[in-house]
Amino acid sequence: MILKKKELSRELKNFTINFGPQHPAAHGVLRLILELDGEVVERADPHIGLLHRGTEKLIEYKTYIQALPYFDRLDYVSMMCQEHTYSMAVEKIGGIQIPRRAQVIRVIFAEITRILNHLLAVGCHAMDVGAMTPFMWAFEEREKLVEFYERVSGSRMHAAYIRPGGVSADLPLGLLDDLHIFINQFNVRIDEIEELLTGNRIWKERLVDIGVVSSKKAVDWGFSGVMLRGSGIPWDLRKTQPYEVYSEIDFSIPVGSSGDCFDRYLIRIEEMRQSLNILEQAIELIKEGPIKSTNYKLNPPSRSEMKISMEAVIHHFKLYTEGIVLPFGETYTATEAPKGEFGVYLISNNTERPYRCKIKAPGFGHLQALNEMSKGHMIADVVTIIGTQDIVFGEVDR
Amino acid sequence: MSFLIKNFEQLVKIVPTLTYQRNGDENNLIVSHDKLILALNVLKLHVGYQYKMLTCISGVDFLGKDYRFSVVYDLLSLTFNSRLRVKVFINEITPVPSCIEVFINANWWEREVWDLYGVYFDKHTDLRRILSDYGFEGHPMRKDFPLSGFVEFRFDESKKRIVGEPIELTQEFRAFTFEKPW
Repeated sequence: MILKKKELSRELKNFTINFGPQHPAAHGVLRLILELDGEVVERADPHIGLLHRGTEKLIEYKTYIQALPYFDRLDYVSMMCQEHTYSMAVEKIGGIQIPRRAQVIRVIFAEITRILNHLLAVGCHAMDVGAMTPFMWAFEEREKLVEFYERVSGSRMHAAYIRPGGVSADLPLGLLDDLHIFINQFNVRIDEIEELLTGNRIWKERLVDIGVVSSKKAVDWGFSGVMLRGSGIPWDLRKTQPYEVYSEIDFSIPVGSSGDCFDRYLIRIEEMRQSLNILEQAIELIKEGPIKSTNYKLNPPSRSEMKISMEAVIHHFKLYTEGIVLPFGETYTATEAPKGEFGVYLISNNTERPYRCKIKAPGFGHLQALNEMSKGHMIADVVTIIGTQDIVFGEVDR
Repeated sequence: MSFLIKNFEQLVKIVPTLTYQRNGDENNLIVSHDKLILALNVLKLHVGYQYKMLTCISGVDFLGKDYRFSVVYDLLSLTFNSRLRVKVFINEITPVPSCIEVFINANWWEREVWDLYGVYFDKHTDLRRILSDYGFEGHPMRKDFPLSGFVEFRFDESKKRIVGEPIELTQEFRAFTFEKPW
C-alpha cells in the first residue's frame, strides 16, 4: 500500500463545548457555547434567557406600587439601587419632590447596597479564580449589611423600602450608631481582603492582562459603571448627573489605566472605601424631618391621622385599591447602580398602570461583549472574565 | 448643558428629522425609518454632538395605531454629558434598518426587540430569539399577547421529559380594569 503524503496530514477541527447552564462559575444560568482551538477560545456565544420571567410584561399589568418589588428581584444583589431608579422615574413623571431626609436615607442605602454588591462581586470572583477565603470573609460582612436592610424594612434581601415619594418607613432607633460602628470596622476588613489578593502572585497571574478593553471599545460596547471606569473613562452618574444629595458629598471616582480584570478588581475595592466615605458624610447630613412626600395622592397618610380624618381614610382606600395615577409622560431615568448604569424607560398613559416599563440592565450590555473579551484567551480565563463583568442573571434575563 | 440646547435647533437642520420634541430636560427626535442610519451616523460622528454611546434600544407597542410599533434608541454623549432619544415609528410589516454598523452593541438590543415585539431588523447579522425559550412562538411583549401565554409546561412521568400543552386556566384571567366609580 502506498501512502500519499496528503493523506497523512490530519484535519483538525475546532472543538465546541457547552459551558453551563448549571456550572458554578457561570454565576447563575449562563449557557455558553465555546468554540475551542486546543485550550484557546475562538468564539464564545452566550445563550441567555434561561431566567427570563417576563418582568416587563408583568409590570404592565400591575399598579405603580405593585410593580416596585419586581425591581428587587432583577439584580438580586443590588436590590435597593434598582428600587431607587424606578422610584425616581415615577417621581419624574409625576413631578414629585421628596423630603430631604428621604433623600439622605436613599443615599445611605444606595451605598450600603454598593458595598453589598462589590463584596459579592469580589468574593465570588476570587472564588471562581481559586481563592476561597475572601469569599467567606465577604459573606460575613454582607451578613451585617443585610441586617441593616432587615432592620429598616423587615426583609433581608427584597426590601421594597425605597418607594415613589420617599421611603416606606423611618430609620429605627440606633441604626445610624450601628452603621457608624460598621464603617469603622469594615475598613479593616477591606484591608484584610486586599492583603490576601492584591499582592497575591496567583491572583495577579490570573487577572493582569486578561480581558483587556480599550477605552474606545468600552464606549462602543456601551459599557457603564466599573467596566467603563476600568478602561480609563471617568464617568460616574453620581458625579456627572448627580441625583439626590450626591452633589453635596465629597468623594472621588477610581479610574483604571489598562482596562484589564485586575484594574476592575482594584476599582471595586476602592469604590467600597469611597462608599464608606459617602456613608460617613451622609450620616452627618441627616436631619429630622418627614420621610415621604405629604402628597396623599401618592403616599398613604399616617395611621394616627387616619383615626381622626375622614379624608385620610379616603386617600388610603383609593391608594390601595386604585393606586397612583400618573399623567401622560415618558422618561428615561438612570442611576449609578453598583454594576453600572441602571435605567428605567417608563411610559405612562394617565392610568394607574405603566404603559411600558423598559429596564436597561447594565449586565446585558456587558455580557454582549464576552465574545470579544474572551477571544484568544484560555478557557479558564473565560471564568475570570465572567467574574469581572459581575454578571447576575436576574437583571440580564429580566 | 445650555451649549447643547442651543444646538438642538441646529440639530434639526443637520439630521433628517420628522419632529423634535422636548419634555422637561429630555430631548426626543422622531426620525423616519429609512433615514435612521443616516441620522444615527450624524449624531454619532458630528463633532458638536458626539452621541457615541448607545445606551439601549426599546420597543413599544401602541396597539390600534396606524404605526403600531415604536423603536426607541437612547443615546448618550459622554463628551457633552447629554442624553438624546431617537424614535422610529413603523407598522407591523415594515422592517427597521439594523444599526449594527453604527453601534456594535445594537446587536443584542435589536435581537431583544425582535424577540419580544416581532419588529424585523433589516440586514441584522444574527437575528435569533434571545430572551424567550428555544422554539418559542409569538412575540410576548405585544399588547395582544395574553399575560398567561398559550402553552404550559410540565414533567411527563411516562415520557420522562418536559412536555408543553395548551394552557388551561381554572379561572379566567382577571385584569381588574373596571371603570372608576369615583
